[in-house]
Amino acid sequence: MFDWKWDFTLQILPRLIEATGNTLMAAGIGYGIALIVGLVFTLAQKTPYRALTFIVRETVEFIRSTPLVLQIFFIFYVGPQFGIRLSPWVSGMIAIGLHYAAYLSEVYRGALDAVDKGQWEACVALNCSPRRTYFGIILPQAVPAALPGMGNYLVGIFKDTPMLSVIGVAELLHTANALGAETYRFLEPYTMVGLIFLAISLPTAAGLRIIEAWTRRKMGLTRED
Amino acid sequence: MGYIDFLSNHGGRLLDGAIITAEQTVMAILVALFLAVTMGLMRLSSNLLIRGAATVYIEIFRGTSLLVQLFWIFFVLPLFGITLDKFTAGFLTVGMNLGAYGAEVVRGAIISVPRGQYEAAIALNMSAYTRMRRIIFPQAIAIMLPAWGNLFIELLKGTALVALIAVTDLMFQAKQINSSTFLSVESFGTALVIYYVMARFIITPTMRRLEAVMSRHLVRN
Repeated sequence: MFDWKWDFTLQILPRLIEATGNTLMAAGIGYGIALIVGLVFTLAQKTPYRALTFIVRETVEFIRSTPLVLQIFFIFYVGPQFGIRLSPWVSGMIAIGLHYAAYLSEVYRGALDAVDKGQWEACVALNCSPRRTYFGIILPQAVPAALPGMGNYLVGIFKDTPMLSVIGVAELLHTANALGAETYRFLEPYTMVGLIFLAISLPTAAGLRIIEAWTRRKMGLTRED
Repeated sequence: MGYIDFLSNHGGRLLDGAIITAEQTVMAILVALFLAVTMGLMRLSSNLLIRGAATVYIEIFRGTSLLVQLFWIFFVLPLFGITLDKFTAGFLTVGMNLGAYGAEVVRGAIISVPRGQYEAAIALNMSAYTRMRRIIFPQAIAIMLPAWGNLFIELLKGTALVALIAVTDLMFQAKQINSSTFLSVESFGTALVIYYVMARFIITPTMRRLEAVMSRHLVRN
């Protein structure tokens, strides 16, 4: 195809595969942070403290309405202004983790709200502790409603990791840029990066659909209407 | 005092950048809308070839990163003889990316118009075109508007990436100011706030108004 060189492609493949490892690690760590911080954001909005709820709500809105790449720059460059030096990996993980935490907190919130109000009332009637109410009754029922959103953002965070290249995290796009600069060939590196992304995100998305369907069946939530 | 000095020195450049960002956003929205409607309808075609073409487009653009797409279109496409200037490459890529997400929204909205509406239109002997234009699509628009509100915000955020191919948008200006002054909080922070204002106080209220207009319109007819 046009000027495509297979030997060059094979030559750069090991470095791209190595970078894929970094990309997957960045997505995994970022997602791990997002899962936990997102839950904190959600639960903070469920507390009776109005001021806290308001602040968390506005923070989530702010994070969701501003570009991730700008947030990455902000976190990376703001530290040194106050004498705190964060490595590209650390600031990248904080930025991407917080960004997706904001998204996931909306998913959790929606899922919690989707649990029948009667379930909460039954917990109160049965005098369940808050701990038992959440972990025993509400959260297990909220999981199937949260799964599709959580799955979408897992794929989403994976696709957003190339933005980490702007501060020098050696993930896929960063490696492709370096290869392009070394060899003056951009066709193969960028095309291969695109193909690697497709090769991972399409099967993952398909796999997630299967897990969702399975969970819904297990929970007896499949409806025939 | 410090921040006021910063604004008087660099506010103009940030504003210039914000105008470029607004232009990129508007152009990308037009591209995204056009592609979303076209591809969304193609996805519902009974012709396997047409449906397949739309599916390939949607899966490619949803399956890879916007930034990778941007670099590919800007750096690799010229090797195939298609050279776009950076401004065009920028909004075109962002529009094509969000258009793929939009296509699924359009498809979803059209298939969620109640079945009876199709049947009634067929019973009234409307042509397929009239049925779509007069009956199905207007109702689908009302269904899809809230989703478009979110997509437009994603699109606005997506335009920040065009700075990486040197389009002088808000993100680009913030980066330039940061590297000449080292005032990171001020430059990036102000840019963040401007993006936030654009999303929260321009896009969101506009979409709300559109939703209200649309639902009134549907009820009247």
